Amino acid sequence: MPDKNQNPASPIISIRGMNKFFGDFQALTDINLEVNIGERIVICGPSGSGKSTLIRCINRLEAHQSGSIHVDGVELHQHMKDIDKVRSEVGMVFQHFNLFPHLTILENCTAGPMWVNKVPAEEAQATAMKYLTRVNIPEQADKYPTQLSGGQQQRVAIARSLCMHPKVMLFDEPTSALDPEMVAEVLDTMIDLAESGMTMICVTHEMGFAKQVADRVVFMDEGSIVESNKPIPFFENPQSERTRKFLSQVLVH
Amino acid sequence: MIQDTVTEELLLRKPRFVSIVFGLACIAFFLIDPSQSAVGHFLAPAIGDPAQSGFYGRFVTSFTLAFLFLVNLVAISLLPEFRYQVIVVWCELLFLFLAFFYSFGLDFKFIQSKIWFMITQGIFTTLYVSAISIVIASVIAIIGAVAKLSSNGFAFAIASFYTSFFRGLPLLMQVYLIYLGFPQLGFVIDAVPAGIIALSLCYGAYMTEIFRAGIMSIDEGQWEGSRALGFNFGLTMRKIILPQSIPLIIPPTGNQFIAMLKDSSLVSVIGVWELMFLARTLGNKTFNHMEMLITASILYWMMTMVLEYIQSRIERKYRKKQKR
Repeated sequence: MPDKNQNPASPIISIRGMNKFFGDFQALTDINLEVNIGERIVICGPSGSGKSTLIRCINRLEAHQSGSIHVDGVELHQHMKDIDKVRSEVGMVFQHFNLFPHLTILENCTAGPMWVNKVPAEEAQATAMKYLTRVNIPEQADKYPTQLSGGQQQRVAIARSLCMHPKVMLFDEPTSALDPEMVAEVLDTMIDLAESGMTMICVTHEMGFAKQVADRVVFMDEGSIVESNKPIPFFENPQSERTRKFLSQVLVH
Repeated sequence: MIQDTVTEELLLRKPRFVSIVFGLACIAFFLIDPSQSAVGHFLAPAIGDPAQSGFYGRFVTSFTLAFLFLVNLVAISLLPEFRYQVIVVWCELLFLFLAFFYSFGLDFKFIQSKIWFMITQGIFTTLYVSAISIVIASVIAIIGAVAKLSSNGFAFAIASFYTSFFRGLPLLMQVYLIYLGFPQLGFVIDAVPAGIIALSLCYGAYMTEIFRAGIMSIDEGQWEGSRALGFNFGLTMRKIILPQSIPLIIPPTGNQFIAMLKDSSLVSVIGVWELMFLARTLGNKTFNHMEMLITASILYWMMTMVLEYIQSRIERKYRKKQKR
């Protein structure tokens, strides 16, 4: 949800000249990206192009080696003090959900607020039920993650992140591990979230989703941002040859 | 493991197999020469005085034993259920063991007069020394495992030196080193605390590896999911990783406890009045060594059986929990 006090045009995430290496291999090269509050960004590109690595750098699940990343005014670097505070304000949804299997759905959702933000149990449960209702699975609250379908688990994962009242939501291929019939329910949840004004960065291959909700589509290849544009010009008039090739491959069907 | 749904024909239904087993059993018994034992005594009507029976007596007794053995095998294979087979075989083996012990001509009055003291003093000491040690060892193991997984060179070095040293020395040596070594540093240490320290340090080293494996077997996604929510390292470990590793750690830890219960007999060398110490000393005066050693063995075995049962209950509980 956008913070009313902040200037809506100010960037909540700002990445400048960022490089990332895995050993000798350069995974990301000279990344520049600014994301404003309320903006919805879709990142696409062939596998191995560094999309996931890029968004994992934003909450520093991966370390970058040079350049800078600012999240809500705080610079991420190796010796920073409050990485847990930044992470608690940046929601992340993973390809494989990463729910905690030993906790119930409700406990998964209340764990963050109660343990990190010291929210009282009752309030945390009320918040959790609110978001579980919003992702349409309040009736599963007392079950365990393994009892749910993939689509349901991913919606729980979204609710779990929302319970922390994040300023930004990162989605790392949220529908890639799902059976085809479950993709729609997760995308619907994400569209609903986008319409509520959440700032979102989504790595996804769902081009329909990109067309429908993205303010900007970013195309990456071989660790660099090749092209970044509004969805209509991006899909109808791609500037670079590599983008055209990629789009022709994913839009064939 | 799963059982195949197709059962092959029992080997014991094949005449060739049966005759081979019978032949081998005959040869084996013949080599042992049962004619001079109680068996020969039983068969005296057929072979006369066992001592005079010679080759004939030897042949008849071994043939009879082999025959009984085979009849027993076939009878067990005819039992309808797995469960009955297990019970019958257990009872038979137990009977043979008891007969073996009985053949020593034990002085049961002597055992009766000492057994209460062995239980109240010996078992009690063995149990509390082991229980305290396993608790301390678990604490050491958690710290050791975290240190071994950490990126801090200092912590890793200490932990790996510790596990290497205490896994590399015989436990008996550690008991001596701690009991006799500490006074060199100026601390005089009692036998019981010395024993507990030795057991804790030794088992802590083994259990460090168990805990490390348990922690490592948790999917990396759990760490990422937890850290991404803003949990710090301690919170992630306590609330997310350890609760999931514990069910994996419990069975091998139970195993360690059972092993420790028996290894605690090594602290008898420094004069702790546990079961082994009593077994060695109580019978000394009257030369009733065998009585006390056998009694202590049976007591150890019974304790182990109780612990195995408890362990299987705990395992079942966790398995149920995971199935949810």
